[in-house]
Amino acid sequence: MVADLIEETVVQLLRDAVTTLPPDVIEALQYAESCETSEVARSQLRTILDNVDAAGRLSVPVCQDTGVHVFYVTGPVDASIEESICMGVARATEEIPLRPNVVHPLTRENSGTNVAIGLPHVIYYPTGDEFLEITVLPKGAGSENMTSLAMLPPSDGINGIKQFILDTVVEAGGRPCPPTIVGVGIGGTSELAVSMAKEALLRPLGLPNLDPELTILENNLTEAINLTGIGPMGLGGDTTVLGVRICTAYCHTASLPVAVNLQCWAARRATARIYSDGRVRFGRSPFDP
Amino acid sequence: MILEYPLSKNKVQALQLGQIVSVSGTVFIGRDEVHMRALERRHQGKLLPVDLEDGILYHCGPIMTRDSRGWKVIAAGPTTSARMNKLEPDFIKEFGIRAIIGKGGMSRPTVEAMKEHGCVYLAFTGGAAVLAAQKITRVRGVEWLDLGMPEALWIIEADSLGPLTVAIDAHGNSLYDNVEKEVQGNLEAARLRLGL
Repeated sequence: MVADLIEETVVQLLRDAVTTLPPDVIEALQYAESCETSEVARSQLRTILDNVDAAGRLSVPVCQDTGVHVFYVTGPVDASIEESICMGVARATEEIPLRPNVVHPLTRENSGTNVAIGLPHVIYYPTGDEFLEITVLPKGAGSENMTSLAMLPPSDGINGIKQFILDTVVEAGGRPCPPTIVGVGIGGTSELAVSMAKEALLRPLGLPNLDPELTILENNLTEAINLTGIGPMGLGGDTTVLGVRICTAYCHTASLPVAVNLQCWAARRATARIYSDGRVRFGRSPFDP
Repeated sequence: MILEYPLSKNKVQALQLGQIVSVSGTVFIGRDEVHMRALERRHQGKLLPVDLEDGILYHCGPIMTRDSRGWKVIAAGPTTSARMNKLEPDFIKEFGIRAIIGKGGMSRPTVEAMKEHGCVYLAFTGGAAVLAAQKITRVRGVEWLDLGMPEALWIIEADSLGPLTVAIDAHGNSLYDNVEKEVQGNLEAARLRLGL
Protein backbone atom coordinates (compact mmCIF):
# COMPACT_ATOMS: atom_id res chain seq x y z
CA MET A 1 0.00 0.00 0.00
CA VAL A 2 1.18 3.48 -0.75
CA ALA A 3 1.96 5.32 2.49
CA ASP A 4 0.65 8.64 1.13
CA LEU A 5 -2.69 7.09 0.20
CA ILE A 6 -3.13 5.67 3.70
CA GLU A 7 -2.25 9.01 5.28
CA GLU A 8 -4.65 10.88 2.96
CA THR A 9 -7.39 8.35 3.69
CA VAL A 10 -6.91 8.73 7.44
CA VAL A 11 -7.30 12.52 7.20
CA GLN A 12 -10.53 12.07 5.21
CA LEU A 13 -11.80 9.43 7.66
CA LEU A 14 -11.25 11.76 10.59
CA ARG A 15 -12.93 14.63 8.77
CA ASP A 16 -15.99 12.48 8.01
CA ALA A 17 -16.05 11.09 11.53
CA VAL A 18 -15.84 14.33 13.51
CA THR A 19 -17.85 16.73 11.32
CA THR A 20 -20.88 14.51 10.63
CA LEU A 21 -22.62 11.70 12.47
CA PRO A 22 -23.45 8.33 10.91
CA PRO A 23 -27.02 8.25 9.48
CA ASP A 24 -28.15 5.56 11.93
CA VAL A 25 -27.20 7.78 14.88
CA ILE A 26 -28.96 10.84 13.45
CA GLU A 27 -32.09 8.75 12.79
CA ALA A 28 -32.04 7.42 16.34
CA LEU A 29 -31.73 10.95 17.74
CA GLN A 30 -34.58 12.20 15.53
CA TYR A 31 -36.75 9.28 16.54
CA ALA A 32 -35.99 9.94 20.21
CA GLU A 33 -36.97 13.58 19.83
CA SER A 34 -40.28 12.61 18.23
CA CYS A 35 -41.11 10.21 21.11
CA GLU A 36 -39.91 12.19 24.13
CA THR A 37 -42.62 13.15 26.59
CA SER A 38 -40.38 15.45 28.65
CA GLU A 39 -40.13 19.03 27.41
CA VAL A 40 -36.62 19.53 28.82
CA ALA A 41 -35.49 16.32 27.12
CA ARG A 42 -37.02 17.38 23.80
CA SER A 43 -35.20 20.70 23.98
CA GLN A 44 -31.88 18.93 24.68
CA LEU A 45 -32.39 16.62 21.70
CA ARG A 46 -33.42 19.53 19.48
CA THR A 47 -30.23 21.40 20.46
CA ILE A 48 -28.18 18.29 19.67
CA LEU A 49 -29.79 17.90 16.23
CA ASP A 50 -29.43 21.62 15.44
CA ASN A 51 -25.78 21.38 16.44
CA VAL A 52 -25.19 18.36 14.19
CA ASP A 53 -26.81 20.27 11.31
CA ALA A 54 -24.62 23.31 11.87
CA ALA A 55 -21.43 21.23 12.09
CA GLY A 56 -22.19 19.51 8.80
CA ARG A 57 -22.95 22.78 7.02
CA LEU A 58 -19.75 24.46 8.26
CA SER A 59 -17.63 21.28 8.07
CA VAL A 60 -16.36 21.77 11.63
CA PRO A 61 -16.28 19.22 14.48
CA VAL A 62 -19.69 18.35 15.94
CA CYS A 63 -18.16 18.44 19.44
CA GLN A 64 -15.05 20.26 20.65
CA ASP A 65 -13.85 17.04 22.29
CA THR A 66 -12.66 15.34 19.12
CA GLY A 67 -11.39 12.56 21.35
CA VAL A 68 -8.40 10.31 21.22
CA HIS A 69 -8.28 7.97 18.28
CA VAL A 70 -8.73 4.24 18.17
CA PHE A 71 -8.12 2.61 14.79
CA TYR A 72 -9.16 -0.87 13.72
CA VAL A 73 -7.15 -2.17 10.79
CA THR A 74 -7.87 -5.37 8.86
CA GLY A 75 -6.14 -6.75 5.79
CA PRO A 76 -2.53 -7.26 4.75
CA VAL A 77 -1.05 -5.26 7.61
CA ASP A 78 2.61 -4.37 7.85
CA ALA A 79 4.77 -2.27 10.13
CA SER A 80 4.58 0.85 7.94
CA ILE A 81 0.84 1.35 8.46
CA GLU A 82 1.16 2.74 11.96
CA GLU A 83 3.42 5.54 10.79
CA SER A 84 1.00 6.51 8.02
CA ILE A 85 -1.89 6.56 10.50
CA CYS A 86 0.10 8.76 12.89
CA MET A 87 0.97 11.16 10.08
CA GLY A 88 -2.69 11.29 9.11
CA VAL A 89 -3.78 12.04 12.68
CA ALA A 90 -1.22 14.82 13.06
CA ARG A 91 -2.25 16.36 9.74
CA ALA A 92 -5.96 16.10 10.56
CA THR A 93 -5.28 17.80 13.90
CA GLU A 94 -3.83 20.76 12.02
CA GLU A 95 -6.17 20.83 9.02
CA ILE A 96 -9.68 20.05 10.29
CA PRO A 97 -8.72 21.11 13.07
CA LEU A 98 -9.00 18.57 15.89
CA ARG A 99 -8.42 19.61 19.48
CA PRO A 100 -4.97 18.50 20.64
CA ASN A 101 -6.09 16.19 23.43
CA VAL A 102 -3.09 13.96 24.01
CA VAL A 103 -1.04 14.67 27.13
CA HIS A 104 1.61 12.88 29.20
CA PRO A 105 -0.26 11.02 31.96
CA LEU A 106 1.81 12.53 34.79
CA THR A 107 3.29 15.83 33.60
CA ARG A 108 0.07 16.54 31.60
CA GLU A 109 2.25 18.09 28.89
CA ASN A 110 0.32 18.24 25.61
CA SER A 111 1.98 16.66 22.54
CA GLY A 112 0.08 19.17 20.36
CA THR A 113 -0.50 16.67 17.56
CA ASN A 114 -2.73 13.96 19.08
CA VAL A 115 0.20 11.62 18.49
CA ALA A 116 2.47 10.35 21.28
CA ILE A 117 3.55 7.09 22.88
CA GLY A 118 0.53 4.77 22.86
CA LEU A 119 -1.78 7.03 20.83
CA PRO A 120 -3.41 6.76 18.40
CA HIS A 121 -4.25 3.25 19.53
CA VAL A 122 -4.19 0.86 16.57
CA ILE A 123 -5.76 -2.59 16.76
CA TYR A 124 -4.79 -5.00 13.97
CA TYR A 125 -6.68 -7.94 12.54
CA PRO A 126 -4.42 -9.37 9.83
CA THR A 127 -6.28 -11.12 7.00
CA GLY A 128 -5.41 -12.47 3.56
CA ASP A 129 -7.64 -9.87 1.85
CA GLU A 130 -6.23 -7.74 -0.93
CA PHE A 131 -7.72 -4.62 0.55
CA LEU A 132 -6.89 -2.75 3.71
CA GLU A 133 -9.84 -1.67 5.83
CA ILE A 134 -9.39 1.13 8.36
CA THR A 135 -12.05 2.17 10.85
CA VAL A 136 -11.60 5.08 13.23
CA LEU A 137 -13.48 5.60 16.47
CA PRO A 138 -12.68 9.02 17.98
CA LYS A 139 -13.57 8.73 21.68
CA GLY A 140 -14.27 11.73 23.89
CA ALA A 141 -13.33 11.65 27.56
CA GLY A 142 -16.75 12.44 29.04
CA SER A 143 -18.08 9.04 28.07
CA GLU A 144 -14.75 7.17 28.12
CA ASN A 145 -14.23 8.13 31.78
CA MET A 146 -17.35 6.13 32.69
CA THR A 147 -15.81 2.84 31.48
CA SER A 148 -16.24 0.03 33.97
CA LEU A 149 -14.99 -3.55 34.33
CA ALA A 150 -16.32 -6.26 36.64
CA MET A 151 -14.72 -9.64 37.13
CA LEU A 152 -17.92 -11.36 38.25
CA PRO A 153 -18.08 -14.75 39.88
CA PRO A 154 -19.48 -17.10 37.20
CA SER A 155 -22.35 -17.97 39.55
CA ASP A 156 -23.67 -14.40 39.15
CA GLY A 157 -24.58 -15.42 35.60
CA ILE A 158 -26.80 -13.42 33.27
CA ASN A 159 -28.55 -11.58 36.10
CA GLY A 160 -25.21 -10.37 37.45
CA ILE A 161 -24.32 -9.10 33.98
CA LYS A 162 -27.63 -7.24 33.61
CA GLN A 163 -27.34 -5.70 37.06
CA PHE A 164 -23.76 -4.53 36.41
CA ILE A 165 -24.72 -2.87 33.10
CA LEU A 166 -27.73 -1.15 34.69
CA ASP A 167 -25.65 0.01 37.68
CA THR A 168 -22.92 1.41 35.41
CA VAL A 169 -25.36 3.49 33.37
CA VAL A 170 -27.18 4.75 36.47
CA GLU A 171 -23.92 5.63 38.23
CA ALA A 172 -22.73 7.56 35.15
CA GLY A 173 -25.93 9.66 35.19
CA GLY A 174 -25.64 12.76 33.01
CA ARG A 175 -21.83 12.77 32.83
CA PRO A 176 -21.27 10.71 29.63
CA CYS A 177 -23.59 13.01 27.57
CA PRO A 178 -26.67 10.82 27.25
CA PRO A 179 -28.42 9.59 25.23
CA THR A 180 -25.52 7.15 25.06
CA ILE A 181 -24.85 3.91 23.25
CA VAL A 182 -23.84 1.19 25.68
CA GLY A 183 -20.97 -1.00 24.49
CA VAL A 184 -20.67 -4.26 26.40
CA GLY A 185 -17.93 -6.90 26.34
CA ILE A 186 -18.77 -10.22 27.98
CA GLY A 187 -16.13 -12.89 28.48
CA GLY A 188 -12.52 -13.03 27.33
CA THR A 189 -9.83 -11.82 29.67
CA SER A 190 -10.09 -8.55 31.56
CA GLU A 191 -8.44 -6.45 28.83
CA LEU A 192 -10.28 -8.29 26.06
CA ALA A 193 -13.62 -7.56 27.75
CA VAL A 194 -12.79 -3.83 27.87
CA SER A 195 -11.60 -3.89 24.25
CA MET A 196 -14.74 -5.72 23.09
CA ALA A 197 -16.95 -3.22 24.92
CA LYS A 198 -15.52 -0.46 22.76
CA GLU A 199 -15.43 -2.45 19.55
CA ALA A 200 -19.11 -3.32 20.06
CA LEU A 201 -19.83 0.38 19.38
CA LEU A 202 -18.81 -0.06 15.73
CA ARG A 203 -22.05 -1.90 14.89
CA PRO A 204 -24.62 0.61 13.60
CA LEU A 205 -27.87 1.10 15.49
CA GLY A 206 -30.68 -0.91 13.96
CA LEU A 207 -28.34 -3.68 12.83
CA PRO A 208 -29.12 -6.75 14.97
CA ASN A 209 -26.53 -8.82 16.77
CA LEU A 210 -25.44 -11.90 14.83
CA ASP A 211 -26.60 -13.91 17.85
CA PRO A 212 -30.43 -13.63 18.10
CA GLU A 213 -30.33 -14.27 21.86
CA LEU A 214 -28.02 -11.30 22.29
CA THR A 215 -30.30 -9.12 20.16
CA ILE A 216 -33.11 -9.84 22.62
CA LEU A 217 -30.80 -9.03 25.55
CA GLU A 218 -29.71 -5.78 23.88
CA ASN A 219 -33.31 -4.73 23.31
CA ASN A 220 -34.38 -5.64 26.85
CA LEU A 221 -31.48 -3.69 28.34
CA THR A 222 -32.29 -0.68 26.15
CA GLU A 223 -35.92 -0.67 27.28
CA ALA A 224 -35.05 -1.22 30.93
CA ILE A 225 -32.40 1.50 31.06
CA ASN A 226 -34.76 3.96 29.42
CA LEU A 227 -37.26 3.31 32.24
CA THR A 228 -34.78 4.92 34.68
CA GLY A 229 -35.63 8.43 33.47
CA ILE A 230 -32.03 9.75 33.50
CA GLY A 231 -32.77 11.32 30.13
CA PRO A 232 -30.73 13.43 27.71
CA MET A 233 -27.87 15.15 29.58
CA GLY A 234 -29.15 13.65 32.84
CA LEU A 235 -31.89 16.29 33.01
CA GLY A 236 -34.66 13.68 33.00
CA GLY A 237 -36.58 12.07 30.15
CA ASP A 238 -37.38 8.88 28.31
CA THR A 239 -34.17 8.65 26.27
CA THR A 240 -31.15 7.62 28.31
CA VAL A 241 -29.67 5.25 25.74
CA LEU A 242 -30.05 4.90 21.97
CA GLY A 243 -29.04 1.26 22.06
CA VAL A 244 -26.96 -1.49 23.65
CA ARG A 245 -24.33 -3.37 21.64
CA ILE A 246 -22.82 -6.60 22.97
CA CYS A 247 -19.70 -8.54 21.94
CA THR A 248 -18.75 -11.84 23.54
CA ALA A 249 -15.77 -14.15 23.77
CA TYR A 250 -15.09 -17.41 25.59
CA CYS A 251 -13.50 -17.03 29.00
CA HIS A 252 -11.81 -18.97 31.80
CA THR A 253 -14.13 -21.44 33.53
CA ALA A 254 -13.56 -19.58 36.81
CA SER A 255 -14.13 -16.07 35.35
CA LEU A 256 -16.97 -13.94 34.06
CA PRO A 257 -15.52 -10.61 32.90
CA VAL A 258 -18.02 -7.89 31.92
CA ALA A 259 -17.00 -4.48 30.66
CA VAL A 260 -19.09 -1.46 29.77
CA ASN A 261 -17.91 1.34 27.51
CA LEU A 262 -20.33 4.21 27.10
CA GLN A 263 -20.47 6.24 23.91
CA CYS A 264 -21.85 9.79 24.05
CA TRP A 265 -24.57 10.78 21.57
CA ALA A 266 -21.79 12.09 19.30
CA ALA A 267 -21.12 8.50 18.19
CA ARG A 268 -18.42 9.19 15.67
CA ARG A 269 -17.02 6.49 13.45
CA ALA A 270 -15.89 6.11 9.86
CA THR A 271 -14.47 3.33 7.72
CA ALA A 272 -12.46 3.22 4.52
CA ARG A 273 -11.44 0.29 2.37
CA ILE A 274 -8.31 0.84 0.32
CA TYR A 275 -7.94 -1.48 -2.67
CA SER A 276 -4.62 -2.52 -4.16
CA ASP A 277 -5.35 -0.53 -7.34
CA GLY A 278 -5.66 2.66 -5.30
CA ARG A 279 -9.46 2.91 -5.16
CA VAL A 280 -10.87 3.92 -1.79
CA ARG A 281 -14.39 3.22 -0.59
CA PHE A 282 -15.72 5.24 2.34
CA GLY A 283 -18.46 4.28 4.79
CA ARG A 284 -19.55 4.84 8.37
CA SER A 285 -19.00 1.35 9.83
CA PRO A 286 -16.96 -1.74 8.95
CA PHE A 287 -18.08 -3.16 5.61
CA ASP A 288 -19.58 -6.64 5.34
CA PRO A 289 -17.01 -9.21 4.29
CA MET B 1 -33.74 36.09 30.04
CA ILE B 2 -30.23 37.23 29.13
CA LEU B 3 -27.67 37.36 31.93
CA GLU B 4 -24.89 39.85 31.37
CA TYR B 5 -21.48 40.21 32.99
CA PRO B 6 -20.93 41.45 35.69
CA LEU B 7 -23.62 39.58 37.64
CA SER B 8 -24.82 40.58 41.08
CA LYS B 9 -25.69 38.31 43.98
CA ASN B 10 -29.30 39.55 43.90
CA LYS B 11 -29.60 38.84 40.20
CA VAL B 12 -28.53 35.20 40.48
CA GLN B 13 -30.54 34.63 43.65
CA ALA B 14 -33.66 35.59 41.72
CA LEU B 15 -33.13 32.81 39.16
CA GLN B 16 -35.41 29.79 39.46
CA LEU B 17 -34.65 26.12 39.00
CA GLY B 18 -35.53 25.03 35.46
CA GLN B 19 -35.59 28.57 34.08
CA ILE B 20 -34.14 28.96 30.57
CA VAL B 21 -31.55 31.74 30.18
CA SER B 22 -28.64 32.79 28.01
CA VAL B 23 -25.51 34.82 28.76
CA SER B 24 -23.93 37.80 27.03
CA GLY B 25 -20.75 39.78 27.53
CA THR B 26 -17.50 38.55 29.02
CA VAL B 27 -17.24 34.85 29.87
CA PHE B 28 -14.19 33.12 31.36
CA ILE B 29 -13.42 29.64 30.03
CA GLY B 30 -11.63 27.36 32.47
CA ARG B 31 -11.60 23.73 33.51
CA ASP B 32 -9.40 21.33 35.53
CA GLU B 33 -6.00 23.01 35.20
CA VAL B 34 -7.33 26.57 35.48
CA HIS B 35 -8.95 25.66 38.79
CA MET B 36 -5.74 24.08 40.08
CA ARG B 37 -3.44 26.89 39.03
CA ALA B 38 -5.77 29.69 40.12
CA LEU B 39 -6.21 28.20 43.58
CA GLU B 40 -2.47 27.55 43.88
CA ARG B 41 -1.75 31.22 42.99
CA ARG B 42 -4.32 32.42 45.49
CA HIS B 43 -2.84 30.30 48.25
CA GLN B 44 0.59 31.72 47.42
CA GLY B 45 -0.88 35.23 47.68
CA LYS B 46 -0.36 35.90 43.98
CA LEU B 47 -2.78 37.75 41.70
CA LEU B 48 -4.54 36.15 38.74
CA PRO B 49 -4.07 37.65 35.26
CA VAL B 50 -7.82 38.47 35.23
CA ASP B 51 -10.34 39.42 37.91
CA LEU B 52 -13.06 36.76 38.01
CA GLU B 53 -15.30 38.49 40.57
CA ASP B 54 -19.01 38.55 39.62
CA GLY B 55 -18.01 36.68 36.49
CA ILE B 56 -19.35 33.76 34.51
CA LEU B 57 -17.14 30.65 34.35
CA TYR B 58 -17.60 28.26 31.44
CA HIS B 59 -16.42 24.66 31.93
CA CYS B 60 -15.12 24.14 28.42
CA GLY B 61 -12.03 23.08 26.52
CA PRO B 62 -12.48 24.79 23.15
CA ILE B 63 -10.96 24.25 19.72
CA MET B 64 -9.38 27.56 18.72
CA THR B 65 -7.39 28.56 15.65
CA ARG B 66 -5.11 31.54 15.25
CA ASP B 67 -4.50 33.66 12.16
CA SER B 68 -3.13 37.16 11.57
CA ARG B 69 -6.27 38.71 13.11
CA GLY B 70 -5.98 36.69 16.30
CA TRP B 71 -7.78 33.75 17.86
CA LYS B 72 -11.00 32.35 16.45
CA VAL B 73 -13.29 29.80 18.08
CA ILE B 74 -14.17 26.69 16.06
CA ALA B 75 -16.02 24.52 18.60
CA ALA B 76 -16.71 25.20 22.27
CA GLY B 77 -19.29 22.99 23.96
CA PRO B 78 -19.36 22.34 27.72
CA THR B 79 -17.19 19.76 29.44
CA THR B 80 -18.12 17.41 32.32
CA SER B 81 -18.38 19.67 35.38
CA ALA B 82 -18.13 16.78 37.85
CA ARG B 83 -14.36 16.68 37.27
CA MET B 84 -14.16 20.00 39.11
CA ASN B 85 -16.28 18.81 42.06
CA LYS B 86 -13.39 18.82 44.54
CA LEU B 87 -12.07 22.23 43.47
CA GLU B 88 -15.24 24.23 42.82
CA PRO B 89 -16.37 25.05 46.38
CA ASP B 90 -13.00 26.74 47.05
CA PHE B 91 -13.01 28.37 43.63
CA ILE B 92 -16.45 29.94 44.20
CA LYS B 93 -15.42 31.16 47.65
CA GLU B 94 -12.03 32.55 46.61
CA PHE B 95 -12.93 34.23 43.32
CA GLY B 96 -16.59 35.24 43.74
CA ILE B 97 -17.90 33.90 40.45
CA ARG B 98 -21.68 34.19 40.06
CA ALA B 99 -22.49 31.58 37.42
CA ILE B 100 -20.99 28.39 36.07
CA ILE B 101 -21.90 27.00 32.67
CA GLY B 102 -21.27 23.29 32.28
CA LYS B 103 -22.81 19.91 31.74
CA GLY B 104 -23.79 16.97 33.93
CA GLY B 105 -24.14 18.90 37.21
CA MET B 106 -22.00 19.16 40.34
CA SER B 107 -21.94 17.50 43.76
CA ARG B 108 -23.48 18.66 47.05
CA PRO B 109 -20.47 20.62 48.40
CA THR B 110 -20.57 22.82 45.28
CA VAL B 111 -24.35 23.20 45.57
CA GLU B 112 -23.82 24.37 49.18
CA ALA B 113 -21.02 26.77 48.17
CA MET B 114 -23.33 28.24 45.52
CA LYS B 115 -25.99 28.79 48.17
CA GLU B 116 -23.55 30.36 50.62
CA HIS B 117 -21.83 32.74 48.20
CA GLY B 118 -24.57 33.40 45.63
CA CYS B 119 -23.82 31.48 42.45
CA VAL B 120 -25.84 29.36 40.01
CA TYR B 121 -25.14 26.44 37.67
CA LEU B 122 -26.36 26.76 34.10
CA ALA B 123 -26.62 23.49 32.17
CA PHE B 124 -25.70 23.57 28.52
CA THR B 125 -26.22 20.66 26.13
CA GLY B 126 -23.08 18.55 26.05
CA GLY B 127 -21.52 18.49 22.61
CA ALA B 128 -23.38 21.59 21.37
CA ALA B 129 -19.99 22.90 20.32
CA VAL B 130 -20.87 24.52 17.02
CA LEU B 131 -23.99 26.29 18.32
CA ALA B 132 -21.85 27.64 21.17
CA ALA B 133 -19.13 28.82 18.79
CA GLN B 134 -21.73 30.72 16.77
CA LYS B 135 -22.68 32.66 19.93
CA ILE B 136 -19.10 33.58 20.77
CA THR B 137 -18.47 36.88 19.02
CA ARG B 138 -14.86 37.44 19.96
CA VAL B 139 -11.90 35.85 21.73
CA ARG B 140 -10.62 38.68 23.90
CA GLY B 141 -7.56 36.91 25.13
CA VAL B 142 -5.93 33.82 26.54
CA GLU B 143 -3.82 33.25 29.63
CA TRP B 144 -1.82 30.23 30.71
CA LEU B 145 -1.63 28.79 27.19
CA ASP B 146 1.26 26.65 28.46
CA LEU B 147 -1.48 24.40 29.94
CA GLY B 148 -2.49 23.48 26.40
CA MET B 149 -5.42 24.63 24.27
CA PRO B 150 -8.15 22.70 26.13
CA GLU B 151 -6.87 23.71 29.58
CA ALA B 152 -5.93 27.38 29.07
CA LEU B 153 -7.85 30.33 30.55
CA TRP B 154 -9.75 31.88 27.65
CA ILE B 155 -11.56 35.21 27.87
CA ILE B 156 -14.38 35.47 25.36
CA GLU B 157 -17.31 37.72 24.47
CA ALA B 158 -20.66 35.99 24.06
CA ASP B 159 -23.93 37.10 22.52
CA SER B 160 -26.89 35.15 23.92
CA LEU B 161 -24.92 31.98 24.57
CA GLY B 162 -27.53 29.31 25.27
CA PRO B 163 -30.16 28.00 25.73
CA LEU B 164 -29.01 27.29 29.29
CA THR B 165 -31.13 25.67 32.00
CA VAL B 166 -30.78 26.87 35.60
CA ALA B 167 -29.96 23.40 36.94
CA ILE B 168 -28.58 24.42 40.36
CA ASP B 169 -30.02 27.58 41.90
CA ALA B 170 -28.51 29.84 44.58
CA HIS B 171 -30.76 28.34 47.27
CA GLY B 172 -29.40 24.80 47.47
CA ASN B 173 -31.71 23.19 44.91
CA SER B 174 -30.41 20.94 42.16
CA LEU B 175 -32.32 19.61 39.17
CA TYR B 176 -29.83 16.71 39.11
CA ASP B 177 -30.74 15.74 42.68
CA ASN B 178 -34.41 15.79 41.69
CA VAL B 179 -33.75 13.57 38.66
CA GLU B 180 -31.61 11.24 40.77
CA LYS B 181 -34.45 10.79 43.25
CA GLU B 182 -36.79 9.96 40.37
CA VAL B 183 -34.25 7.52 38.93
CA GLN B 184 -33.95 5.73 42.28
CA GLY B 185 -37.74 5.45 42.31
CA ASN B 186 -37.74 4.05 38.76
CA LEU B 187 -35.04 1.45 39.37
CA GLU B 188 -37.51 -1.17 40.57
CA ALA B 189 -39.38 -0.98 37.26
CA ALA B 190 -36.11 -1.25 35.31
CA ARG B 191 -35.06 -4.30 37.33
CA LEU B 192 -38.46 -5.92 36.82
CA ARG B 193 -38.14 -5.38 33.07
CA LEU B 194 -34.85 -7.31 33.20
CA GLY B 195 -36.30 -10.07 35.39
CA LEU B 196 -34.04 -9.15 38.31
